[in-house]
Amino acid sequence: MRKFPKCLNRTAVPDLPVPCKQARVTASFSASQQAELLPGLFGEAGPLGQAAWSAPTVRSGWIQGLRSLAQHPSALPFLADCGTLDTIFSLQGDSSLFVASAAGQLLVHILGLSLQGPAEGPPSPQACDWPVCAQKIVGHIEGSLRSMATPQVTQALNVLTTTFGHCHGPWMQVLWERLSPLVACLLQEDPLPAAHSLVDLLLSVARSPVLSSSDCGLWETLAQTLRRLSPAQAGPLALGILKLQDCPQALRAQAFGVLLQPLACVLTAADQAPGPPGLPEGTTGDSVTVDTLLSSKSACAGLLCQTLAHLELLQPLPQRPSPWPQAPLLGAAVTILRFCNGSAAPASDVGGRLCAILAGCVRVQRAALDFLGALAQETGPQELVTQVSAVLLEYLRSPDSSPTVLKKAFQATLRWLLSSPRAPGCCDLDPDTQLFLRELLPVLRKRLCSPCWEVRDSGLEFLTQVTRHWGGQAGFRHALLASEVPELAEQLLRDPESYVRASAVTAVGQLSSQGLHATAASPEQLGGQKESLLAELLHVLSTDSEGFPRRAAMQVFTEWLRDRHADVAEDTERFVARVLQAASRDLDWEVRAQGLELALVFLAQTLGQPSARCPYAVAAPQATPPGPLAQALRALSRVRLFEFAFRALFDCDRPVAQKSCDLLLFLRAQATPSGGLQEAEGSPDVVPVEAALQRWRAGEQGEPLGDLEPEAVLAVLRSLDLEGLRGALAESSDHVEKSPQSLLQDMLATVGVRGENQADCY
Amino acid sequence: MKLYCLSGHPTLPCNVLKFKSTTIMLDCGLDMTSTLNFLPLPLVQSPRLSNLPGWSLKDGNAFLDKELKECSGHVFVDSVPEFCLPETELIDLSTVDVILISNYHCMMALPYITEHTGFTGTVYATEPTVQIGRLLMEELVNFIERVPKAQSASLWKNKDIQRNSGCSMEDGWECRDGGRKTRLLPSPLKDAVEVSTWRRCYTMQEVNSALSKIQLVGYSQKIELFGAVQVTPLSSGYALGSSNWIIQSHYEKVSYVSGSSLLTTHPQPMDQASLKNSDVLVLTGLTQIPTANPDGMVGEFCSNLALTVRNGGNVLVPCYPSGVIYDLLECLYQYIDSAGLSNIPFYFISPVANSSLEFSQIFAEWLCHNKQTKVYLPEPPFPHAELIQTNKLRHYPSIHGDFSNDFRQPCVVFTGHPSLRFGDVVHFMELWGKSSLNTVIFTEPDFSYLEALAPYQPLAMKCIYCPIDTRLNFIQVSKLLKEVQPLHVVCPEQYTQPPPAQSHRMDLMIDCQPPAMSYRRAEVLALPFKRLFEKIEIMPELADSLVPMEIKPGISLATVSAVLHTKDNKHVLQPPPRPAPPTSGKKRKRASEDIPDCKVLKPLLSGSIPVEQFVQTLEKHGFSDVKVEDTAKGHIVLLQEAETLIQIEEDSTHIICDNDEMLRVRLRDLVLKFLQKF
Repeated sequence: MRKFPKCLNRTAVPDLPVPCKQARVTASFSASQQAELLPGLFGEAGPLGQAAWSAPTVRSGWIQGLRSLAQHPSALPFLADCGTLDTIFSLQGDSSLFVASAAGQLLVHILGLSLQGPAEGPPSPQACDWPVCAQKIVGHIEGSLRSMATPQVTQALNVLTTTFGHCHGPWMQVLWERLSPLVACLLQEDPLPAAHSLVDLLLSVARSPVLSSSDCGLWETLAQTLRRLSPAQAGPLALGILKLQDCPQALRAQAFGVLLQPLACVLTAADQAPGPPGLPEGTTGDSVTVDTLLSSKSACAGLLCQTLAHLELLQPLPQRPSPWPQAPLLGAAVTILRFCNGSAAPASDVGGRLCAILAGCVRVQRAALDFLGALAQETGPQELVTQVSAVLLEYLRSPDSSPTVLKKAFQATLRWLLSSPRAPGCCDLDPDTQLFLRELLPVLRKRLCSPCWEVRDSGLEFLTQVTRHWGGQAGFRHALLASEVPELAEQLLRDPESYVRASAVTAVGQLSSQGLHATAASPEQLGGQKESLLAELLHVLSTDSEGFPRRAAMQVFTEWLRDRHADVAEDTERFVARVLQAASRDLDWEVRAQGLELALVFLAQTLGQPSARCPYAVAAPQATPPGPLAQALRALSRVRLFEFAFRALFDCDRPVAQKSCDLLLFLRAQATPSGGLQEAEGSPDVVPVEAALQRWRAGEQGEPLGDLEPEAVLAVLRSLDLEGLRGALAESSDHVEKSPQSLLQDMLATVGVRGENQADCY
Repeated sequence: MKLYCLSGHPTLPCNVLKFKSTTIMLDCGLDMTSTLNFLPLPLVQSPRLSNLPGWSLKDGNAFLDKELKECSGHVFVDSVPEFCLPETELIDLSTVDVILISNYHCMMALPYITEHTGFTGTVYATEPTVQIGRLLMEELVNFIERVPKAQSASLWKNKDIQRNSGCSMEDGWECRDGGRKTRLLPSPLKDAVEVSTWRRCYTMQEVNSALSKIQLVGYSQKIELFGAVQVTPLSSGYALGSSNWIIQSHYEKVSYVSGSSLLTTHPQPMDQASLKNSDVLVLTGLTQIPTANPDGMVGEFCSNLALTVRNGGNVLVPCYPSGVIYDLLECLYQYIDSAGLSNIPFYFISPVANSSLEFSQIFAEWLCHNKQTKVYLPEPPFPHAELIQTNKLRHYPSIHGDFSNDFRQPCVVFTGHPSLRFGDVVHFMELWGKSSLNTVIFTEPDFSYLEALAPYQPLAMKCIYCPIDTRLNFIQVSKLLKEVQPLHVVCPEQYTQPPPAQSHRMDLMIDCQPPAMSYRRAEVLALPFKRLFEKIEIMPELADSLVPMEIKPGISLATVSAVLHTKDNKHVLQPPPRPAPPTSGKKRKRASEDIPDCKVLKPLLSGSIPVEQFVQTLEKHGFSDVKVEDTAKGHIVLLQEAETLIQIEEDSTHIICDNDEMLRVRLRDLVLKFLQKF
């Protein structure tokens, strides 16, 4: 045992150091303490001076060790007495962010443990009644808050934020009552130190169930902070307040006003009107916000992006402010987009300057398009909806739209399209949407010819989505088929860029599912278009050099099989056999996993749906009648599904093996009648199967098995411990490393003398 | 220092700078937008064009119907196209010492200047500029000369005829306003500027003569002009061999920025660092389409090209034979396979097509780094070599000859002239204009595409406007100005306000402090900076005789008596002549002898008086009641008892006392103790 402190010097840095692991799995606190191990490791004369301490992993391990150690009831007085806390305090400012953050969390942990433990009722506000550990930590926090130095204040605020986020004891209220005056003092400082951390703390306190019921002056502090912070700092606080479940209406109104400020400025700047209509009263662009917006390009873009993102987050929440100012928000999003592309012609001076600042600002364009898309959840006044369509078309058309902006524009367009109202009494698209589509499709056609692959890719993604939702609408089908877009999509199957090929595969697969695939057969494809698409996708699956198109092809095939696509239904078995054959050879594990997905769909179609979708369902699995079962199993054998699944069971990639395990379990459940295992008549020859399994388990490729007898397969299935295998596969990849055995091995390796010390350690 | 502005076109500048006794012309661009007022010159007889009705006045007067023809509501001059020359009356162009050319687009007026104004100086330009400029001129001359026009219209320009044909009193100002036409003429002819300066194209002979006056220069080469100034071309990143120029004396620096680009295209990148510390920066040749981003436009170009060809249509790209076409071909090289256009022929038709494609491959040292390195592989720097090799790109001098045998549709044709008024493009417009399957894609920003298309109306073919202008935009200019920080910026007036069509776009103008000085055609600007210093050399023997005294660490002074000798803008201090008996009464000698005499009497003082120490010294010498007051310029030391003031300022010290000469001398000596004499 005494060798451990020495070990510290010799420990290899990248691995977690042995002593810390030791502490994590401490078996006997008092034994360790008596043996002076603990003072040596965690006390004042501990590891600080040692060379290994300079490695961040060692410090990190030390903190983790302490975290485990602190669970012991006797540990807290020990930590307080032997100077460990001071070391933790200093680690809060560690050069490694991970260490610093872990140190902060450790303090929270210790504070929580020390205050929770012995006291029965709420601890007295008097510090002298608190456990020593808690006193020390709280004293340190108070000192830091008083120091007014940003790093210290930040550390203290972060510790408090985590405390209020994680601990729920009644002592929290006492703690807040004690510290809130200090926090209030911070608000008097100029400049405000650690504003972001302060916002986090206040929100954490406000969310804490212990405190929100009793006010403790919190709402007043929040209101005061909202007034005190700059527009950019106030945004997150305002959003946090609006997300709170129960908070005074006046504060919510104030917060919403703060959040809307920048957009109010934009609307005012664009209209020159005294106040934008439709926004809650009192929301006018104040001079501070205007100054921020006009101060610099980065400040303007930052504030607008933040505001738009916050409102986007708020929009779908049930507790969002009501009435929701949909119309002015739509107006603001459209105005910002017009400022950014230079198509707005503001008459006011502020508008002109905003226009100059925002012209061509990609960041704001992206944020505004995202926001505009989110607003599609609800509609708005018709003239605004028309403006939205117009601005979206402008962005989609403009050669100056950057690829990322274009992607967002496509996404927003999709959301608006899908939310557009259906013509009353008719299931088809309304005339406005039809008109929009007629303008949109030529744009899409041009974008699919873009020399920039990102643009082609987002165009294809849009096509896939819109077809998925509207494939059945006659108006859409008519417009699409007349637009040459399906032909272009098919052409992109041969694109030089693999992402585009993948998107083209998905798009063409979707078009084909909806019967919208290009019908004109090109001269070289005399076999007819329908056959050729399946062949073409199979060609992609078996020959494409990149994984993405192959994965996409597998997904399309799975979908086709699930939907019983006409091409597939013609000869399903042949189709499944070809796909599985191609997938089994694939080097990309996702393709193989997708192959298992397809196999599962086929299995379900052949044997019946998985009966127990819900693991808690009471119903016993439905047994398939023996006659059809035998036929079904033979079909599975013909498509070589068994071989594919068995091979995947020993796949070097865990997700594949897991999926295969699930599939085989399902197969076993379906194929084995309820009430116990049924031995097949006669004894099937399982030897070749088991031999093959052995070889695959050992990592050999091996020969294909050929046609398998279903009975043999069932027998092998019964003999395999699939449940055990599933359990083993479900373990996380570092479970071995985290186990006590691993620690023991580390120790032995470090000490270097195996055998002699074994007894010594445990 | 003065700037004479001879051109009103911001991207085709022609300015004359008078600086330290030199007269330097900066570029001589030729404004060819005037040709848009003329009917196209068809290569093949066009019944449509020759049967256009003549134009007559509202009152039926048809005296101009031979010269002016009407087409779809527009009126065109039926004559050989003419170009708008730079102003020739503002300054006597025979006094121009040198012409600095910044790129091949900005030298097209050179023959007019060098051959017809008595110019006897030298023209400086880089080799690619000269070679490609020659190609452009050759193409222009060829386009115009190969379609001889029987008639030459001049009546419509005649001022007298205009004046006599009913110009009202209110409109009178228009009649007398330079070359402006009266309202009798239809738009746009009546708005055409400087009609009187419009000239027909030069001849090949004039081109050759003009080009023979050019002296080739390389980037960063320093060229002395009469010992007065030094001019240096710097890479400007816009085109092969394009340059900005630095014109500097020992203490002044003028930068001339014309047609620069920060984009990574084929030319060598722009040299910005050398523009730093300029007193004046003349800024011309910014992008003509500030709202169009070249990358987006190239994308637009490719997409539209692919869509047209896919539908069986032809694509016509009116272009210059050099410049952006190299980049377009490179883009298409990467694009055609992915877009499935491998079997579509690309034709490049120009009298200089072959030379242009080949020249581009041999100017390795003028190319961007990426292309330079290819030469060492060895590979041709531009991929159009491969396009030619694989027969995807074919080039022909004109539509006559081989081209007619090889011609296959659908196809893509690159040909000139972008104005659509002459060159092979006229033929393709007539040929393809009637089908909506075909597309004409405008990539050159120099001409308004609507005006260019006017004589072809009604037109069924699709028109796409993708102007690709890689020159600096206003964001880049503002960054550039922040970096190089010139004291003054001078630019065409168009750059100091937003474009007329987008008056709210305050970002589309130059924004700098102090505000840029603007110029317009035929204006003379006095540049706002005074020359303060001149460098003077000291002859070694004179320098030998100097006895410097260190007055501060690192600073020494010495008095010099010498003769200032000035010749060829160089100033030299020579030792004064021996004091010989004055035989001839030359003023200068006498003056030079006088100076030392004076200086012997009055030694020069230097240094400053530290007030505290001075007060201590005064106290040491028995002045007990010393008071010190601070003033705006220094201090006043007050000796109350003696009723005496000592004013100590930065450059003077006064002792004010009441008739007590003894006291004054005592105090003076105390003051002098703190100063150095020499």
